[in-house]
Amino acid sequence: MSDETLTSWGAYPHFPQSGHMCTWRSRLAENFADVVARHGTTLPFGKGRSYGDSCLAASDHVLSLRRLDRLISADWQTGTIVAEAGMTLADVLKVAIPRGWFLPVTPGTKFVTLGGAVANDVHGKNHHVRGTFGRHVRTFGLLRSDRGQVVCSANDDADLYAATIGGLGLTGIIEWVELQLIPIRSSQLTVTTVRFNTLDDFFALSDELDGKNEYTVAWIDGFARGASKGRGVFTAANHADTGDLSVAAGKNLAVPFHLPVLAAGGALPRLFNSLYFHKHAAHRRVDPTGYEPFFYPLDGIGHWNRLYGRHGFQQFQCVIPHKTAQPALQHILETTARSGGGSCLSVLKRCGDLASPGLMSFPMPGISLAMDFPQTNTLDKVVFPQLDSIVREAGGRLYPAKDAHMTAEDFRRFYPAWSRVEATRDPALCSRFWKRVTA
Amino acid sequence: MSKVLIIGATSAIAIACAREWAKEGTAFFLVGRNARDLDDVRADLAARGATAQTHVLDFAATETYPAVFEQCFAALGRVDIALIAHGSLPDQKQCEADADIAMREFMLNAGSVIRLLTLLAARMEPQKSGAIAVLSSVAGDRGRPTNYLYGSAKAAVTTFCDGLRAQLFKSGIHVLTVKPGFVDTPMTRGLPIPGILLAQPRTVARDILAALKSRKGVLYTPFFWRPIMWIIRMIPDGVFKKLNL
Ligand SMILES: Cc1cc2nc3c(=O)[nH]c(=O)nc-3n(C[C@H](O)[C@H](O)[C@H](O)COP(=O)(O)OP(=O)(O)OC[C@H]3O[C@@H](n4cnc5c(N)ncnc54)[C@H](O)[C@@H]3O)c2cc1C
Ligand SMILES: NC(=O)c1ccc[n+]([C@@H]2O[C@H](COP(=O)([O-])OP(=O)(O)OC[C@H]3O[C@@H](n4cnc5c(N)ncnc54)[C@H](OP(=O)(O)O)[C@@H]3O)[C@@H](O)[C@H]2O)c1
Repeated sequence: MSDETLTSWGAYPHFPQSGHMCTWRSRLAENFADVVARHGTTLPFGKGRSYGDSCLAASDHVLSLRRLDRLISADWQTGTIVAEAGMTLADVLKVAIPRGWFLPVTPGTKFVTLGGAVANDVHGKNHHVRGTFGRHVRTFGLLRSDRGQVVCSANDDADLYAATIGGLGLTGIIEWVELQLIPIRSSQLTVTTVRFNTLDDFFALSDELDGKNEYTVAWIDGFARGASKGRGVFTAANHADTGDLSVAAGKNLAVPFHLPVLAAGGALPRLFNSLYFHKHAAHRRVDPTGYEPFFYPLDGIGHWNRLYGRHGFQQFQCVIPHKTAQPALQHILETTARSGGGSCLSVLKRCGDLASPGLMSFPMPGISLAMDFPQTNTLDKVVFPQLDSIVREAGGRLYPAKDAHMTAEDFRRFYPAWSRVEATRDPALCSRFWKRVTA
Repeated sequence: MSKVLIIGATSAIAIACAREWAKEGTAFFLVGRNARDLDDVRADLAARGATAQTHVLDFAATETYPAVFEQCFAALGRVDIALIAHGSLPDQKQCEADADIAMREFMLNAGSVIRLLTLLAARMEPQKSGAIAVLSSVAGDRGRPTNYLYGSAKAAVTTFCDGLRAQLFKSGIHVLTVKPGFVDTPMTRGLPIPGILLAQPRTVARDILAALKSRKGVLYTPFFWRPIMWIIRMIPDGVFKKLNL
């Protein structure tokens, strides 16, 4: 019997996971051994904010770690915290902000765990200045079925440290993480917003604003055709120098059940995209904004993934090196527009050249594009194969955290270090993703 | 500066409350049966700026109860807020098959709570201020065939607290009876509870803090359990017997 049923964020592929809950660190080894004895292999599970099958166990029995959410110690003079791996970034922010500290790197949702952030070596809107999450993790404790507890850092068990950052939960269970925070003077941001009309304009804005801003990102209209093709909104921000250190109140709305308004694609998302573009003024604006709407615009609506209905959705996220980025992105946008579907939400972001300590980290210097599509048959059979070949030819790669379709061949080309991760994999851990791409 | 005593400090609901209370200047005295887990809670609260001390209690050894309060008052000086949170959800079928199990569970969920409250009330009375929050349950509002052992123990706690509230009112001490519905904690793991009925411990904790502030006597949390339980109490016996609630 399991304690809870869990799914990935995209709910595709649909393999509900039996969650075996671990509540106390003192019992983690016992809980781990127990699930493995009964089900052969397992996989650590955080908050399931990965889209595809990388957070699904090959055995469909995961070790649920969300209750390991405690701080172990904190030094508020230096901004260093040690916390259990199931603590969410939302909970870190709640204790850190009032004391003048912020996450060094945050993805577009705060409902991810520290363990999940390390295992996917997540990146944020400041990749061009801070690199990935793993760069800010000094040490972590790993529990292995064959070695017991191991403390990893760049100096101790360095191979395991490198394999675990971006290691997709396969190299052991991260028990705790030591994270270095960054100082802030206010929880507000000073946000510059500029509308743009073409992909070329995006590149020009990125050249101009990336150097002057800690955070930059662009939204692009996934449905725009003809003259409006390539239109979008560029946002750039820095932490404000003045203001208070207040924590935003939690979410207030949630989608209570499957409400497939986005599932059919087409008219509604097209309208949303168009409205979003026109909501922004044509000229450049600078506004003070709370951290919540800037970093986590989607967190305000709980379970928004249910808007895609029961069949779920897929995200396609790639990164393309600078020298091929312009034509490749153009080609990708044209291909999706031609496919008729269009992406409900598309995001562009420049990745910088700060190297990650991890072996299988996703970002590379270049431009990342993420697009959300309701799940359909044509997506896997027609659209993604075309997009994959564009990415492959441009020398880019896909993001395992968002993936439900990448071929084994592509994966091994994109992540040649995979065999080193496989060599350090804990024999008691395996995911559906890993089985698919290494088989 | 507030002084907080928590019995059953490893409970998920208790931890959620403690995190709301934890800040620079808060001093906790944490009581529970497992030393390592208590220490994890202590460390979490300390990292949030509070100070905390732990005390391991074997709940079956009732003769050791007075020492809890001696050490607590020696450490904190006084108690501004006491939270009684320990409890277990026994398997009703087992309780029907074995009277010893039934009585052991009853003693934990009702007997130990009443004993602890009796000792605590005597220590707090001379303070002439402070508050005591006790985790009872909606299950105590009416015995249901699927969990009437647990329900009857919570009913005893609820009724005891009604009286204690009126008694301690004269001394300026407030008693809050907390009746949660279903909460997402280790206690309810594996139970087939529909997601919308399952509250997060944090939501319950915020309700408890607000109720303590407004000096409410009985708290249903989340609020919708009050009308639900009203309906359940109103169902005539003849009908209730036939429902397998
Ligand atoms: C709205 C939204 C926006 C997002 N934006 C971004 C973004 O901007 N940048 C980005 O990089 N990602 C982004 N993501 C993806 C998300 O950040 C990652 O998928 C993240 O890893 C999810 O963390 P989680 O705690 O939910 O882990 P899960 O999804 O549960 O698991 C992810 C992986 O981590 C492993 N894992 C979890 N806990 C542990 C542990 N304790 N020890 C070892 N392995 C563990 C799992 O086995 C799995 O392989 C976004 C996701 C959403 C839903
Ligand atoms: N969860 C719900 O849906 C719900 C609903 C209504 C009321 N309540 C009440 O809320 C209170 C807190 O429960 P919770 O939901 O937070 O669950 P929880 O996290 O499982 O906490 C239960 C607490 O009781 C302790 N405990 C259990 N069995 C014990 C025993 N035999 N001897 C001593 N201590 C024991 C546990 O200690 P260990 O950590 O050492 O096991 C833990 O501190 C309980 O009184 C419960 O009855 C809960």
